[in-house]
Amino acid sequence: MQRHHTRAATILSTLFMGLGQIYNRQFIKGFIFLIVEALSLTYFIEKLGRAFWGIVTLGTTSQHFEKVKGIAKLVKGDHSIFILIQSLITIIFFVLFLIAWYMNIRDAYKNGAARDAGQTPGTFKQSIRYILDYKFAQTFLILPSVGILLFTVMPIIFMVMLAFTNYSAPNHMPPAKLVDWVGFETFHNLVALKSWSHTFYGVLTWTIIWAILSTVTTYFGGMLVAMLISQQGVRFKGIWRAILIVPYAIPQMISLLLMRNLFNGQFGPINQYLKFFGLGGLPWLTDPFWAKVTVIVVNMWVGIPVSMLLIMGVLTTIPRDMYEAAEVDGATNYQKFRIITLPMVLFSTAPTLIAQFAGNINNFNAIFLLTGGSPVNGDYQYAGSTDLLVTWLYKLTLDQNKYNMASAIGIIIFLIVATFSIYNYRRTKSFQEEDMIQ
Amino acid sequence: MSGVKFKTRIRLTFSYLMLVILSVAALYPAIWILFSSLRPGKSLYSKTFIPETFTMEHYRALFYDNTLLFPTWWLNTFKIALFSMILGVFLTLLTSYAVSRFRFKARKTTMSGLLVLGMFPGFMSMIAIYLLLKEFDLLDTHMALIMVYAAGAPLGGTLIAKGFLDTIPRSLDEAARIDGASNFGIFWRIILPLSRPMITYMALTQFVGPWVDFIFARLILRTKEKWTVAVGMWDMVNSNQNTNFTTFAAGAVLISIPIMILFFFLQKLLVEGLTAGASKG
Repeated sequence: MQRHHTRAATILSTLFMGLGQIYNRQFIKGFIFLIVEALSLTYFIEKLGRAFWGIVTLGTTSQHFEKVKGIAKLVKGDHSIFILIQSLITIIFFVLFLIAWYMNIRDAYKNGAARDAGQTPGTFKQSIRYILDYKFAQTFLILPSVGILLFTVMPIIFMVMLAFTNYSAPNHMPPAKLVDWVGFETFHNLVALKSWSHTFYGVLTWTIIWAILSTVTTYFGGMLVAMLISQQGVRFKGIWRAILIVPYAIPQMISLLLMRNLFNGQFGPINQYLKFFGLGGLPWLTDPFWAKVTVIVVNMWVGIPVSMLLIMGVLTTIPRDMYEAAEVDGATNYQKFRIITLPMVLFSTAPTLIAQFAGNINNFNAIFLLTGGSPVNGDYQYAGSTDLLVTWLYKLTLDQNKYNMASAIGIIIFLIVATFSIYNYRRTKSFQEEDMIQ
Repeated sequence: MSGVKFKTRIRLTFSYLMLVILSVAALYPAIWILFSSLRPGKSLYSKTFIPETFTMEHYRALFYDNTLLFPTWWLNTFKIALFSMILGVFLTLLTSYAVSRFRFKARKTTMSGLLVLGMFPGFMSMIAIYLLLKEFDLLDTHMALIMVYAAGAPLGGTLIAKGFLDTIPRSLDEAARIDGASNFGIFWRIILPLSRPMITYMALTQFVGPWVDFIFARLILRTKEKWTVAVGMWDMVNSNQNTNFTTFAAGAVLISIPIMILFFFLQKLLVEGLTAGASKG
């Protein structure tokens, strides 16, 4: 039993990426691996040690004054946050490198084994062909993955780490002061410390109510409008659609700032009209209850066109013959809606609906631009009555510099939304029976 | 027979009534801001809905007032929106095609992963992205914004696009495969043309994104010349404490119009599902 080539190729590739491939006479692939390893090595020799040191200590020298020849001089200390992010980037690159290394060894092993079995390893062209035929999906996913890794995953890891530090104003702000790891202290403060927990539970409750109401109102509102327009006998469909898309076509930033003025309690046109009809104006944005009503209503105005467009798109894809068959059977309009339209629409839009729900939990614009979280709530820690967890997080980050608390809240938002959505998403038909439509 | 006709007439009358009410609600704020932009003075409030006199001074101010730089902001935003749209749609198509048509080991993990990551509050990673861009020396560049927007696109769009691609009958692919088409050939010749409504939808949302977003734009773009319209407009209202509302209204109208034109130009594509026809034929 000769396992000579397998062992040699594997060992060579373990020693240095690409050697095994070159040994297997796959020169182009081998050289690509060689270059990758050479470049990586020069990078890691310089950075890796410091990265591990940085992530453990978060810097050791704080900024201080030193006496040089009797004159006090400011000595720059370690900037914990920069150290943290640099270390993180290096370690992520290192993990990627390890994956490449593993793939290189496995490849050398496979081709070595093939040679032992008496086959000749494929040429470079054949390798490319193989990838295009059988690893096509993975190849397609590489580019998006890099983007997501860099701009989503890495920042998330970073923020999760911040939640376990004491990075906050006024006592732990680099570069003047160092930041330390504190474990679960921040989370503990958030749920157990009276001053924080009161705000937290209050804001959390409102966030959930808001997310449910805003999703349901816009989705079914959109469905209603879509069906109104697309029902048989309604003329000028194009014009109605064009008119009702208008709110979506106006940038949200503008329409929300605009609505803020429309609903202005003193001079806003809405109240002017109410007064004209002899009704008293309402404190739209200044009363906690009415402010909540206002954001829901305005969100409907902004959100219904999106659902309408989406559902109209789905309506056109429902085969006409299904309705024709139903009509032959004597189904009423309502029955057609309930048995054909609604299930088909729900099937196609379930992921969107969930995305909308998650989006609404994090609907920063709707709240921040419209009310800015106001009216002020005296009981709350840096939050107003209409503040969602996200806008609270934003305020804690940008206005108060409580980065650790903001990160902890972010993680909690994430856990709630993710648990709910994954569970729900897995139950939807489009996930379980996705091959239903053939 | 006449009973059915009567019922239909009632239904239609009621529908038209609803549509008229909804249309008024949809158009009112837009018209209000249009009139505000044409009203003399700077104030937010007016006695009448239609201004007594019309003026173009606010529009003129946008282009000739050197402190505003409105044309520069507009071009910046257009550039960013266009490039992030192209790149973002491309990336989203790649991921959605991969998860819709191929069955591979990490497929469900990929989908759940996208879903989960998409739910993370976007700007929670704000500080991290800021520091990352600083590290790569990309702060205050439009390139950075384009990258951030485009990289985020697959998170929001993949599952929607996948839902759409799933409705394109698999039999079309298989037929093409028998005719000798490669994976890439199928993607290019079959999936892309049939996905036109989907692509339009994604392109529009991707294009609109940068016009709306000011959180990241404000964070990344430091110099006034590099601002996007959103940052500029925000600053206009904020720095002047609403005293210059009419100029803001004029700017709002100018921003909204190109997006609206784009919408009405392309909306046919949005609703005409080409797939229904394809599966029948």
